[in-house]
Amino acid sequence: MFPPIQDLYRIAPEIVLCGFGMLVMFLSPLVSKARQGFLAGVALVGAALALVATYFPLTQPGLAYSGLFRADSFSLFVHWIVCGAAFLVILGSIHYLKRDDLDAGEFCALILFATAGMGVMAGAHELLTAFIGLEMSSIASYILATYRRDAPRSNEAAMKYFLLGSFATAFFLYGIALSFGATGSTHLDLMTPLANDSAHTLLKIGLGFIFIGLAFKVAAAPFQLWTPDVYEGAPAPVTALLSTGPKAAAFALALRILASIDAAPPLWFWALWVAAVLSMFAGNLSATVQTSVKRMLAYSSIAHAGYILVALAAAAATDHPAEGIAAALFYLVGYAIVKLGAFLIVAQLGGPGEQRVDIDDFAGLGRRQPAMAACLSLFLLSLLGLPITAGFLGKFYVFNAALESNLVWLAILMALNSVIGAYYYLRVIVVMYMREPAAEVAAEPVPWTLATVLWIAAAGAVYAGLFPGRIIDFAAKAALNIR
Amino acid sequence: MQQSYLLSILTFLPVAGTLALLLLRDEDHLWIRRLAMTTAVVEFGLSLMLLRGFDAHSTGYQWEEFRTWIPQPPIHYHMGVDGLSMFLVLLTTLLTPISILASWKSIDQRVKGFFICLLTLETGVIGVFVSLDLFLFFLFWEMMLIPMYFLIGIWGHGRRIYAALKFVLYTMFGSILMLVAMLWLYRITAVAGYPTFDVAQIQSLLTSGTVTLPLHTEYWLFGAFFLAFAIKVPLFPLHTWLPDAHTEAPTAGSVMLAGVLLKMGIYGMLRFCVPLFPDAARHFAPVIAVLAIIGIVYGALVAMVQVDLKRLVAYSSVSHLGFVVLGVFAFHAISIQGAVYQMLNHGISTGALFLCVGMLYDRRHTHLISEFGGLATPMPVLAALYLFSCFASAGLPMLNNFVGEFLILAGTFQKHAAWAAWASLGVIFSSVYLLWSYQRVFFGGVTQDKNGKLPDLDIRERGILVVMAALILCMGIGSTFFTRRTEAYTQNVLQLMQRPQAYNAGGAIVPGAGVNPAAYSSAAFSVKSK
Repeated sequence: MFPPIQDLYRIAPEIVLCGFGMLVMFLSPLVSKARQGFLAGVALVGAALALVATYFPLTQPGLAYSGLFRADSFSLFVHWIVCGAAFLVILGSIHYLKRDDLDAGEFCALILFATAGMGVMAGAHELLTAFIGLEMSSIASYILATYRRDAPRSNEAAMKYFLLGSFATAFFLYGIALSFGATGSTHLDLMTPLANDSAHTLLKIGLGFIFIGLAFKVAAAPFQLWTPDVYEGAPAPVTALLSTGPKAAAFALALRILASIDAAPPLWFWALWVAAVLSMFAGNLSATVQTSVKRMLAYSSIAHAGYILVALAAAAATDHPAEGIAAALFYLVGYAIVKLGAFLIVAQLGGPGEQRVDIDDFAGLGRRQPAMAACLSLFLLSLLGLPITAGFLGKFYVFNAALESNLVWLAILMALNSVIGAYYYLRVIVVMYMREPAAEVAAEPVPWTLATVLWIAAAGAVYAGLFPGRIIDFAAKAALNIR
Repeated sequence: MQQSYLLSILTFLPVAGTLALLLLRDEDHLWIRRLAMTTAVVEFGLSLMLLRGFDAHSTGYQWEEFRTWIPQPPIHYHMGVDGLSMFLVLLTTLLTPISILASWKSIDQRVKGFFICLLTLETGVIGVFVSLDLFLFFLFWEMMLIPMYFLIGIWGHGRRIYAALKFVLYTMFGSILMLVAMLWLYRITAVAGYPTFDVAQIQSLLTSGTVTLPLHTEYWLFGAFFLAFAIKVPLFPLHTWLPDAHTEAPTAGSVMLAGVLLKMGIYGMLRFCVPLFPDAARHFAPVIAVLAIIGIVYGALVAMVQVDLKRLVAYSSVSHLGFVVLGVFAFHAISIQGAVYQMLNHGISTGALFLCVGMLYDRRHTHLISEFGGLATPMPVLAALYLFSCFASAGLPMLNNFVGEFLILAGTFQKHAAWAAWASLGVIFSSVYLLWSYQRVFFGGVTQDKNGKLPDLDIRERGILVVMAALILCMGIGSTFFTRRTEAYTQNVLQLMQRPQAYNAGGAIVPGAGVNPAAYSSAAFSVKSK
């Protein structure tokens, strides 16, 4: 039986992404090695059209496929983050792929498939659908992580990612099974424990496993151990994607579960609290001693996962989670845009084979490539949370949500962590502007594609930092529509 | 209505200047300097309009601007000045062109970046002084860190990177906790049904008793705000970043740092800590006063044994700002008046000292006292102007610091005689370290051959120091010009400290609230200040 047309409208972005992914795969053998840019162009159109296609769910919100999928402003918000991230990553990696002689076709197609998976996670209203989305995005990510086939670190990264990621999905799936046993349903709105003694306990264990699975995916401590190696080993544009899209999607799923299953908030609250504190400290303290910028940014992702978990804990601690959810969404936007920019800069400055990603290699960048240095500084300052950047307002809203839920200590611990963060972000800026390079390096010209991405990211970071009105309004609306 | 944009123009004109600077070529040093100087001078001229239209009798904010900015949570673009902030804005706009002039020749590397940082810094500092919304205030407060960080880190000396990082981390540590406190305060107003970040509104909610803070909450809030400001001032024992930052910063950086950045801390105490959380302020006042006195004496003693001239001036700042903090937390109309005035004086006289030290550095590339000696012979003009600044800083009558210190001590003495007695030690010590160092640098025979042929001040340097010296003299003689305009604020801040419930409690826990500020009439005041 053919599904009703509204259902198709509601998954229009995923249809576009998958369609273009297949189109790129199909075209890939037909295009010569020299014209790989064409494939990336097609993929770019796909990502852009997916953004445009969010118009359909925007005008036709509601449940699709008998409640498996839900198109509402919340899922739309996350769609914009993940599709936007995919668009920027594809655009920013065109030159990288050409420079390192990598196939553009599969790369772009995999990004599109991964993004479709993230879209499914964002809109899933039923746990097995969410699982399918998670697997779609994960499997594509595993391949992407090993995309530099002949680089041992890339292979190591993919292997670690794959093994630990499989564990995480297994936890997640087992959690779903247990929850299903306890509630008799996997639809988020129907998951109330059955009327027998063991159902409550079973649901608790199930939700605990689901939490562990998601914590793996967002790189929250104590399940963060894979992150530095994977982020460092994977090609930098892939890291840019991994640290933004899948994270946003996994957080979206966690928020959806928190808001929809009544048993989840009280059970998850302390888990979130502890995970937030551990992630912040583990990420920040480890980042201070790194010598590679790429690895430092990887640890900083862990810390940022911790900051977002603070917002989640704030949402879990109260009956009116809207403020915490909106804060998490806003933070994700600000975080994604600058993190992506920072990793793409690392990809460019690393040079062929990403040989030059140590902090010392950035010495004298302020003189050599002032625009790149200025952009990277802006991104780092935003990650650090300095005013007039998106990162500051993100922190501001998270603080606000935490205090609204009376989590004063969590807010203070987060504040202290921001200061630890200042140390290592500023260290990079110090090296770029205040230290002379050991050997003179020729500045590689920045391709226009990457320059465009960086301009968009920089403008976005400042815009969201100065005029957050529209974004936070929409995030607040999304937070209210989540269930 | 034309005037109501003045504060915005003042705040953002320097940034506009930096944008214009970006259009110039990097090598075009002369035009970069000229453009920066023009911006700063125009800025100063515009800021004089504040003085011209200022209503000395009004206790409210003037030249207010109010616009909605972020709807949720309600954050407004709210600016305004009163007697406290107006002069601080003027001090900033005055010291900026002077700093630019002082760096005219000494900065020859990355000139464009330097002036961009300096002008951005000016925007940040002015923004801090004129913001009347907690969020906006915090935004400028943090924003100004970055240009200062670069000023120290790129154009500084020796251990500049260490000093720059220390400066930023210290400040951020305090300010991030202040941000949490700001949001907490916002939460409290929101729970009471008046969600706002607006300083004036929060103030009236608290003063009228519509919103009451539980005592413990007030302690915590006060603590968080105070920590941020005390680091900035800096109050003993949080001062350790200051000597490093000062010693390594370029001259312009030191002048701005000592001249206006430290004042932001005192400003914060006077604008937020004291009027918003008076009970906590009274509760902690003895502790703070003791720390301030330790700072006065300790700063002076440490300054005495410095071998580095710039470090000496830096420690003298610790000592002098101890006076200011003491004046604020004596809660006496006269001592607060003195504190407000002393902020301006310190900016001018310590600024002048840093400029002199910077001119010595330009010639010899060292700050070590032992490298100098007998400089009065080759450089009589510098020797004379340096001595004048030393006298001002040591609090010689007729010069500016005397008035401020006298008012602080006089006011404090009436409330706490012992505090004033201990603090006055600092006045004595300050003459010791200043004159002793002066003697070693300028008097006697020329000890090193290199020093024998040092060129004396050129016309630019003379101009800078003469302006400073003239201001020192004018502020020493014509202090009523300033105090008349800050008086309304001083009276007001003591009134704002009173809470309805404090009266109900019978004043047992609030010794300061019983004093009627009106008792110190303006007539008595002007006599004293002369």
